[in-house]
Amino acid sequence: MADRSRLCTVWLGSETGILKGVSVTRKQAFNFCNTSHLSRDQEVRALCWGDPAESEVLVGSVDGTVKTFSTEKGQFTDSRRCGGPADGGFTGLALCGAALVTCGECGTLRVWREDSSEPALELSAGNNVCRMRQSPVHRDRVATGGKDNGLKIWDLQKPDAPLFTAKNLRDDWLDLRRPHWVRDLAFIPDSDKVVTCTGYHQVHVFDPSSPQRRPVLEVEYGEYPLTALSLPAGGSTVVVGNTHGQIALLDLRKGVVRGCLKGLAGGVRGLQCHPTLPVVASCGLDRFLRIHSLEDRTLLHKVYLKSRLNCVLLASRDLEDGRGAAGEGGSQEVKEEEEGGEDEVWDTMERVEEKPKRKTTEEEEEELQKKKKSKKKRKKGQD
Amino acid sequence: MDITEVPVSQDNKGKKKKNKKPKKKSPEGNAESSGVEKEEEKMEKSEPGAAAFPPTFSVSEIKNKQRRHLMFMKFKQEKRKQKMQLKKKKKKEREALGDKAPPKEVPKTIENQRVFDETMVDPEDEEVAFDEATDEFSAYFNGLTNPKVLITTSDRPRGRTVRFCEQLATVIPNAHVYYRRGLALKRVIPQCVARNFTYLMVINEDRKMPNGMVLCHLPDGPTAHFKISSVRLRKEMKRRGKDPTEHSPEVILNNFSTRLGHSIGRLFAALFPQDPQFVGRQVATFHNQRDFIFFRFHRYIFKNEKKVGIQELGPRFTLKLRSLQKGTFDSKFGEYEWVLKRHEMDACRRKFQL
Repeated sequence: MADRSRLCTVWLGSETGILKGVSVTRKQAFNFCNTSHLSRDQEVRALCWGDPAESEVLVGSVDGTVKTFSTEKGQFTDSRRCGGPADGGFTGLALCGAALVTCGECGTLRVWREDSSEPALELSAGNNVCRMRQSPVHRDRVATGGKDNGLKIWDLQKPDAPLFTAKNLRDDWLDLRRPHWVRDLAFIPDSDKVVTCTGYHQVHVFDPSSPQRRPVLEVEYGEYPLTALSLPAGGSTVVVGNTHGQIALLDLRKGVVRGCLKGLAGGVRGLQCHPTLPVVASCGLDRFLRIHSLEDRTLLHKVYLKSRLNCVLLASRDLEDGRGAAGEGGSQEVKEEEEGGEDEVWDTMERVEEKPKRKTTEEEEEELQKKKKSKKKRKKGQD
Repeated sequence: MDITEVPVSQDNKGKKKKNKKPKKKSPEGNAESSGVEKEEEKMEKSEPGAAAFPPTFSVSEIKNKQRRHLMFMKFKQEKRKQKMQLKKKKKKEREALGDKAPPKEVPKTIENQRVFDETMVDPEDEEVAFDEATDEFSAYFNGLTNPKVLITTSDRPRGRTVRFCEQLATVIPNAHVYYRRGLALKRVIPQCVARNFTYLMVINEDRKMPNGMVLCHLPDGPTAHFKISSVRLRKEMKRRGKDPTEHSPEVILNNFSTRLGHSIGRLFAALFPQDPQFVGRQVATFHNQRDFIFFRFHRYIFKNEKKVGIQELGPRFTLKLRSLQKGTFDSKFGEYEWVLKRHEMDACRRKFQL
């Protein structure tokens, strides 16, 4: 179990409540489940790293519990009750020092300390919050946005009023109020700016340091709501996904579509770019994890995971580095452990191996080629 | 020289078209041998056994259409003859070997060559079983709700579509047809939910023919959008039986093997009541082949234990899934679980989604 979790470089949360770890090199997916009995209440809505060393994953479920999963040990170590099912699912999880920041769909943003079961800080970010994210630079700044709820940047030290409230776009040519629905947002690493993607297929860039509260840049893509957003390491591009499964790379300097990533058949629920490699992982309602390369927009890996996926989390270490700290002996140990068998409900289905199936398709291809050759020979004979 | 050579041989061919092929070869060979040496060498190199094989004049080089056609027919007949000879030979060999004969080769079909699909559902898979046990259809499959279907059309339907809807209503028990009256579907849906409907079926019409179907499972269920083709109404059926009765039919779902196929199969299964009345001897079949779903409605009778007689009643149509959307009908803001992307998905002829 522990070895399996150490191999995984991509973590995904599904609608059935299972935390899935995928090892890209070995093309295997593992299920990690807290209870032996699944339920839809445990649907995973938010994932984030529990510590900077990335040895713990925090899993937020619909019923309001936040569970800690240790990648070293390979099991769930802790579970906390942070709000109830009435809050709606988690829309964001973040770690601020030793405190946990959570935000639910009803809009209440809470800061929890390690020991107490009551939130240390509670503030209301409006109704219908769709996403909450933490700034990578200033660890105590968070941004929230939702349906008819504009972007707000909060400083947790001064919870009374947001640092920055975005103004809605100008009224359109009929003087009607433009509808506003922030689905996902991200902080641009080197500056103060925030990128948001909306349900009305727009991407906005806000700059809190400028006096303008309206978006600095607006880009439109497609005709369907944009559900997920991620920033690659470069800084001037953004990757967005919409409900139709179209993923596009947009340029933030010019406001132009650079290219599209193909392959997804269902709505995109989670997108994440790798911190160092030019690679993006996407997951969605079609039950597949896809890893695309950002340079040439080709599909690198595709893994079938049997449930609809809600969120994805990438490890900072190299994707191909499946072994992690363990050396060659580690792989042997892994094999022995896997053959050993453990008392788990998911024993039979923990491994999704594609290698043997690949071999059979290769064999079939070889046979087909042989048959074709023999047929060609026959034709020559007839003539 | 080249120009003079070719028409001569062609004329020979044309005039001697009634002769058998081997006889033609010799005059052609002579004509060609009198040509340029280089050409000879080339011809010889390209056909080492030129005397034995027919010339590799492609038939398309003959400019005269009638002669070309005749040559082609001859060529085809030759080929067919040789094929029959080969078949006979093989059959003889097979009979001669008797029991030791190698097994018959299975012909390649597109279904045989289907690309391995990793989303094929394994019947023992617990995760998928849990997923299905708790999805939007669980209320129906656990026996808590009975299906109640509302059938309507796009605005202002014309003849064929109206008759199609009426016939569908006789096939599906507990179905009601309502006139659309230009109402917005998003407003119709809450009213349906309030009246305990479980399905909303909208038949879209184009130029007086039904061409699309939106099937929306009601409380909060998935919405599937299909393309309808080849609709045959009852009048157009040959050798059909009398009109279907009010008994609930049995349902046959064939070949819904992938995960997406499972979802669609359950969508169809939930249209009909769970307890079929075998007294009625009626059966509705949804057969999936190559991503097309064929709907047929029959009445059967067992003549004895091995023979069944069937009569086709009811409309028949073909469906092709275009998109499956999670949640009730909301084409603009809904999240799609699967969308048909023709250029990406239809590129490989051996890959199917359902």
